[in-house]
Amino acid sequence: MRGARALGWFSIGLGAAELLAPRQLGRLIGVRGHEMLIRSMGAREIAAGIAVLLEKRPVRSMTGRVAGDAVDLALLGAGLNSSRTEKGKLGGAIGAVAAVTALDVLCAVKLRNGASSNTIRTVQTIAVNRSPEDCYRFWRNLESLPRFMKHLESVRVTGDSRSHWVVTAPAGQKVEWDAELIQDTPNRIAWRSLEGADVNNSGSVEFESAPGGRGTIVKACIEYDPPGGKTGALIAKLFGEEPSVQAKMDLRRFKAVIETGEVPTIEGQSSGRVLSST
Amino acid sequence: MKANCWYGKHDLQIRDVPDPKILNPRDAIIKITLTAICGSDLHLYDGYIPTMRHGDILGHEFMGEVVELGSGVHNLKIGDRVVVPFPIACGNCFFCERQMFSLCENSNPNAWMAEKLWGHSPCGIFGYSHLVGGYAGGQAQYARVPYADVGPLKVPDELTDEQVLFLSDILPTGYMAAEQCNIQPGDTIAVWGCGPVGQFAIKSAYLLGAERVIAIDRVPERLRMAREKAGAVTINYEEANVYDTLMEMTGGRGPDACIDAVGMEAHMPGPLYAYDRVKQAMMLETGRPIALREAIMACRNGGTVSVPGVYGGLIDKVPFGSIMNRALTIKTGQTHVHRYLRPLLERIQNGQIDPTFIITHRLRLEDAPEAFETFKNKQDECVKVVMRPN
Repeated sequence: MRGARALGWFSIGLGAAELLAPRQLGRLIGVRGHEMLIRSMGAREIAAGIAVLLEKRPVRSMTGRVAGDAVDLALLGAGLNSSRTEKGKLGGAIGAVAAVTALDVLCAVKLRNGASSNTIRTVQTIAVNRSPEDCYRFWRNLESLPRFMKHLESVRVTGDSRSHWVVTAPAGQKVEWDAELIQDTPNRIAWRSLEGADVNNSGSVEFESAPGGRGTIVKACIEYDPPGGKTGALIAKLFGEEPSVQAKMDLRRFKAVIETGEVPTIEGQSSGRVLSST
Repeated sequence: MKANCWYGKHDLQIRDVPDPKILNPRDAIIKITLTAICGSDLHLYDGYIPTMRHGDILGHEFMGEVVELGSGVHNLKIGDRVVVPFPIACGNCFFCERQMFSLCENSNPNAWMAEKLWGHSPCGIFGYSHLVGGYAGGQAQYARVPYADVGPLKVPDELTDEQVLFLSDILPTGYMAAEQCNIQPGDTIAVWGCGPVGQFAIKSAYLLGAERVIAIDRVPERLRMAREKAGAVTINYEEANVYDTLMEMTGGRGPDACIDAVGMEAHMPGPLYAYDRVKQAMMLETGRPIALREAIMACRNGGTVSVPGVYGGLIDKVPFGSIMNRALTIKTGQTHVHRYLRPLLERIQNGQIDPTFIITHRLRLEDAPEAFETFKNKQDECVKVVMRPN
């Protein structure tokens, strides 16, 4: 989020000023002495800035920033009672920090709200050297999907448009759901999970003729709601940080299977590694 | 089986490792009768190619006898004697159908890694890092060969292993480098690097009709080989200014085509070499394109620079202005070996080329780690090492 990043950089800049030029900064805000205190505030500021920049969705570190602002405001407020401060300048500084605090609160709240409804959606495409009809036929045979979808253990067709999907997770655990086809035409297959699924998900795949008789452009779209709790953690582990990478690799395997009849691999080959087999 | 394994920069060890197994229907297992060290293996040895893992088996120039076949291979039999191309190609994809085998879309299981570095992935390659698939290589007693119905070439009994081994890589590589120059009658071709690929590029340029080939190196025995065995005129870059000499020899116009058969670990006297050496050591560039820069600057207007030399990632100070303003063509790529197997086998059979002239060392597999050092330092007049692992 851009607002958070800007605030992160602002922290690092302000922190550097506090750390490197505490006396000048003190003069600016009307505080004399207290260089060590200003330095330590600078160190905290820089750490907070780095934390915000490092996190992808800095919900936690933005909340940390708000807490830090409160400490800063408390210290500045305490300064108002001291005889060694210039009240006018200090008031200005308190105003400035309060404004930044307001921005921090706004940003943190926005990030928090965003986190609660995050359906994950990925669209991937690949060029396949087979006709759209061949691609459709291969994909429509749902029970063969595990040949190229790495984490899919099985798909069992249970009715005209219904099927049961099982995904294996690390440590032998399983995630299952029933799905139904919601579209089935030679150029597009779409499905969605039914009520009671471990993970709500839906997907579609389109087969478009590539220009000049160059086979088919296959476009797959996968959507799922990462659930909370244990299942959510399993799903996160399965798909990693980047569900798009996983989807792309599955498409690549689809291409390999339909073009060459097999998936390229080095799993199980010889090497001079002691334990691993790849 | 025994295999030459990589354990880090300048750390190779012969280890006992499990024998290879058939993993896919189109696989074959080859019992290796002859294998070689390639100049491009030195880039792995010197640690310039990322994504190597401890224990990786090296080697991509090998041949041998088919000892096991997957259920999907019908054109080979147990006992067939075959040469194996170093690029792994499926034969079914867009690029394979167009004879661009080294760009096969299906053979690199780690295509995503290559995409990060290069934008797109080339084919998988034996023993050449996980960026191109992490396939176990052929400096070993046995090797697993994927898509064995597409790659391996059966060789006639009357030809010896040494005569056909280099069909696996360096002979087609030198040939493709020359072919890319689109040689016309009267052409002068300049070749940087008189290693094995350079030698075959010189030979091939003559086979394709070049009038004169000028070869550039600094190692006396390699220059001698280029003169005596391949028929080139030579320039020792430590004794003469290459650009000036080439201009003198071509009336100031420059060679019609230039071949960089050196790649990313070039040497050259002078401060520019130190500049690139330091940047390469600091990981600010991944190659020292010294020969490439010189080839570009020397090439005649409208000419072709053909690059069989290996580059891994980023290089600096490539004179693109010279390329653009003088309408140069750059041609490069990993070799589409499969495309050249049969035509070059024929040229060997009818005596037009005898690739054995580059072999200087005939060793056992056990000698591989030491042979890398000898080859790297060009000691003992080493040009090409072949090894019998069984």
